[in-house]
Amino acid sequence: MNERRMLDDQHFETMIEEESICTSSNVVYDAPHKALYDTPMHYCPGCGHGVVHRLLAEVFEEMDIIKEVIGVAPVGCSVLAYNYLNIDMSEAAHGRASAVATGIKRVLPDKLVFSYQGDGDLAAIGTGETIHTCNRGENILILFINNGIYGMTGGQMAPTTLPGMKSTTSPFGRNVETMGNPLKITDLVAQLPGTVYVTRQAVHKPVNVRKTKKAIQKAFEYQQNGGKGTCFIEVVSNCPSNWKMTPLDSNKWMEENMLPFYPLGDLKTPSGKEN
Amino acid sequence: MAKVKGDIIIDIEKCKGCELCTDACPQDSLETAKQVNSKGYLYIVKIEDNCTGCTNCALVCPEGAITVYRKVNNQKKEIAKFKNITNDITLTVNE
Amino acid sequence: MKELKLMKGNEALAEAAIRAGCDAYFGYPITPQSEVLEYLSREADKRTGMVVLQAESEVASINMVYGAAGTGKKVMTSSSSPGMSLMQEGISYIACAELPCLLVNVNRGGPGLGTIQPAQGDYFQSVKGGGHGDYRLIVLAPSTVQEMADFVELSFELAFKYRNPVLILTDGALGQMMEKVELKVQKERKFEDLGWTTTGRNNGNGRVITSLHLKPDQMEEINIHLQKKYKTIEENEVRVESKNCEDAEYIITAYGLVARICNKAAELAREKGIKVGVIRPITLFPFPKKEIKELTKNAKGILDVEMNAGQMVEDVRLAVEGKVPVEFHGRMGGIVPSPEEILEKLEEKFIGGVV
Repeated sequence: MNERRMLDDQHFETMIEEESICTSSNVVYDAPHKALYDTPMHYCPGCGHGVVHRLLAEVFEEMDIIKEVIGVAPVGCSVLAYNYLNIDMSEAAHGRASAVATGIKRVLPDKLVFSYQGDGDLAAIGTGETIHTCNRGENILILFINNGIYGMTGGQMAPTTLPGMKSTTSPFGRNVETMGNPLKITDLVAQLPGTVYVTRQAVHKPVNVRKTKKAIQKAFEYQQNGGKGTCFIEVVSNCPSNWKMTPLDSNKWMEENMLPFYPLGDLKTPSGKEN
Repeated sequence: MAKVKGDIIIDIEKCKGCELCTDACPQDSLETAKQVNSKGYLYIVKIEDNCTGCTNCALVCPEGAITVYRKVNNQKKEIAKFKNITNDITLTVNE
Repeated sequence: MKELKLMKGNEALAEAAIRAGCDAYFGYPITPQSEVLEYLSREADKRTGMVVLQAESEVASINMVYGAAGTGKKVMTSSSSPGMSLMQEGISYIACAELPCLLVNVNRGGPGLGTIQPAQGDYFQSVKGGGHGDYRLIVLAPSTVQEMADFVELSFELAFKYRNPVLILTDGALGQMMEKVELKVQKERKFEDLGWTTTGRNNGNGRVITSLHLKPDQMEEINIHLQKKYKTIEENEVRVESKNCEDAEYIITAYGLVARICNKAAELAREKGIKVGVIRPITLFPFPKKEIKELTKNAKGILDVEMNAGQMVEDVRLAVEGKVPVEFHGRMGGIVPSPEEILEKLEEKFIGGVV
């Protein structure tokens, strides 16, 4: 029995009862549970890694490829990616993720292999492996998270640190005359005949999250359909802790400073194919 | 009244209070709570009942901590009709 | 029927790898081992579908081995001294992650870029760890082209038995010289789920190949487990060859190519009436400590001969625990000692000049 009391100075034409809509039939978005462990991640608040991990898991579940994918974790903040992604994974030495991925893909060509690497890993110590993996056109996905800094070791200058950008090893800002220029490695690999799909995305806004997910999905579809080369997705991301900003400020800073230097969009798409 | 009604559930133990969702919410329905969770983070709570279930908050959430619900039409159930009420009345509904 | 062929050591090893059902080879050219990569590039794929990939560096090769070995396939690489140095980081990861694989070092003269001539200067690197952290490889030292071939299959057996990388430590002379070799029949390439491999998630949660254990108690546990495994290997896998040690007054210890020369030196000694025996450790890790101690207990002296400045001699000394005097003769920089020279040194060090 429900008792409802009405106040006399109110004028009701219709009385309605609202039921909670939080029922399983009304779910329109839920984090993936099969390909992603139900555990808090170690990343700092606002870090883009969490979003990219989730997107990978979403794609694995939606494409029903959890049993087909083998991932390679790098050295860097995402070294423990396998604690979150519930798939088979191999943890590589610093910079060598794409070589490890090559080894796996070559002996298991029917599996879907990807490496997950940061900017220090992929574009400094692992530049050789990155370039040659792409040049050989290994049928893998290289997922490159670029936040312009070494996160795990505490905010040192990365190959992708912007000119003038401060880090613990460029405390007065990156001086390009003595420290070199930021390396646009994504533009570089797009020039290689071995790459088939090269794109630069971000995950700081809902629209970008959707686009990044689409890109990841496309990359696995290309690989699934026999793959004619390397897929390379750069995700321009933030590092609130080491940029010493709030997550919201870091995304704003990223939009104003990183994106003009690393513009978003496809650099290369497979010709003669859909999309 | 909008025909689309949304709601969210935030897993406050996963939430780190980064506020990316509050910024992404077009309805401004989210806010940082005054309390902390067991890890010491000021988590996010929904303060307005105007959610449309657009999923923006969940999309940008790095922790995958937000579940979004949405219902279109028929989510409101009419149980009684009143006309020209001027005095206090008590309504008893049998269900 | 026996299949006999005249082959170079490097090529015999490559041929044996194909026949052992090896699934993949990742390597990089370096003298004096390039024939392994060349031979496999020519023969492997068309015969068994074995993957052969010339990587961009030794660093890349060893990490490809790491990736492929994690799937449970039979994987190998080969290189020579400077290249092996580049691989050490990866080998340490492989040892910690306990991945079975075959490594081949066709040792050349060092240090540095050194020379392309045969040497044994990588003994320490091979048997004492080489990379960072506490780990061991199982190290096999062939002394003939036949053994270059035979040890391939043995290496894979040991690697999978113990989930440990196995190194064939040979040298530029054995790699380049031609000898008669009896080849084994072609084995089928087989692939099975070993329960720990990353081949795409099966039932249960995702499997992980890693060498990262951030919590110290976990890392110590891994170390204890590894040490226990190495102990088991030491107990069960020692291989050693001895010649005429029973009545020997003097014993020569030597491994690989040098052991053959020492056999000749021992013959020359016996012709002169000096009773000399030879002990040849076949496994350098596990080192035949007990066997050397036992075989030399009645000897007046041990001469250890190596193509380096004296590396295995330390293990020989540890093995005999000071009970027998141990002298050393070594040549370096790619020079191979002659039997006469070795006999002369033996006489000089133990008997006091040429008899």
